[in-house]
Amino acid sequence: MTTKTDVLIVGSGPAGLTAAIYTARAQLSPIIVEGEPSSTSDQPGGQLMLTTEVENFPGFPMGIMGPELMGQMRSQAERFGAELVTAKVSKLDLSQRPFKAWVGDTEAAPTYEATSVIIATGARALMLGVPGEDRLLGHGVSTCATCDGFFFRDLPIVMVGGGDSALEEAIFLTRFASSVTLVHRRDSLRASKIMQERALANPKITVRWNSQVTEIMGDTKVESVRLVDTVTGAEDTMDVSGVFVAIGHQPNTELFADQLELLENGYLKVHDGSLTSIEGVFACGDVADHTYRQAITAAGSGCMAAIDTERWLETQGH
Amino acid sequence: MADIITLTDATFNETVQASDVPVLVDFWAEWCGPCKMIAPILEEIAAEHDGKVKIAKLNIDENLNVTRDFGVMSIPTLLLFKNGEAVARMVGAKPKGALVQELSPYLD
Repeated sequence: MTTKTDVLIVGSGPAGLTAAIYTARAQLSPIIVEGEPSSTSDQPGGQLMLTTEVENFPGFPMGIMGPELMGQMRSQAERFGAELVTAKVSKLDLSQRPFKAWVGDTEAAPTYEATSVIIATGARALMLGVPGEDRLLGHGVSTCATCDGFFFRDLPIVMVGGGDSALEEAIFLTRFASSVTLVHRRDSLRASKIMQERALANPKITVRWNSQVTEIMGDTKVESVRLVDTVTGAEDTMDVSGVFVAIGHQPNTELFADQLELLENGYLKVHDGSLTSIEGVFACGDVADHTYRQAITAAGSGCMAAIDTERWLETQGH
Repeated sequence: MADIITLTDATFNETVQASDVPVLVDFWAEWCGPCKMIAPILEEIAAEHDGKVKIAKLNIDENLNVTRDFGVMSIPTLLLFKNGEAVARMVGAKPKGALVQELSPYLD
């Protein structure tokens, strides 16, 4: 059976849930398809579900745990009548209005018909794509430092990456690990100055410059990594018990990549606030933001998308 | 509704071995976001498969011995025990459909 709605929101990170709060308060009865549980990609609540303390979200002077913050946003959206569905959109048809969305079987009748769609599918962490990574995921290879750091008490680990996320996780991991080797492919970090200072001052963290992990080895769990020097090409191996990866993100655009205009770097293109290349389809959060990528900017853009949607629906006689 | 059992290092062996139906043990911790995501799913599975499987939770912070014995290195990890033996292992949060599918061969 097909459910009709004025507003369909795809995604439930800070952007999707803020859009839900605003459109619900505007009496638009939004339906939010929030995603499905996962430890590696686009889970309900978004990327903050894999973090610990969020120190820079205004209103929480003592910080707040990422999952806690997202739980609060979800409750707030529900309080105003937003309907949250724990499922993943399997297909989206934006070719004509009303727009159509499927959950599950894409051959069946559409699950939803929506007058407007707000895209808030976010971004997901990139993996290394080297031999051993998939096989040893959960056996020493981790995409979630906050979930798995605990298991590396007094053990040596490597952290791959050079941005704020990598450094933040490296610092977090020093609570447990005997040493954290930051493997970075260039000779300088792109992380913010404050994070660099904190990380480099930490006695447990050493940086291995100009290096890349090319293979993760171990029989039933991680035992070592193969490293290559990006300048000289020299190879060697390092004994480690854990490999953590934070090398950046890619936007979750698979559902609409051939329907909406994207930027050259693959992010969704928006103009005049939250408008996409199709009238009635709006976007917010990390899927359309390769620059700021913060919880607060995602939330702010979710608000913009909600207001743009509300105004557009008014012009359509809703 | 079916209860979810809380296991500890002290009660683990006895409970898992004495059970006449398979026991699904959820290795979790308070600070783990993905563990919170699957908690409601496990409650649903417990209710929907009442009598065919028992669902149990083991807090890894408080029960290091069992956690180490089974080589748990990532949470959430779900281990399914049948006649006291670990027969299936699921690492990481997964959608309900995927969990039920992995469990279904053991639920008869």
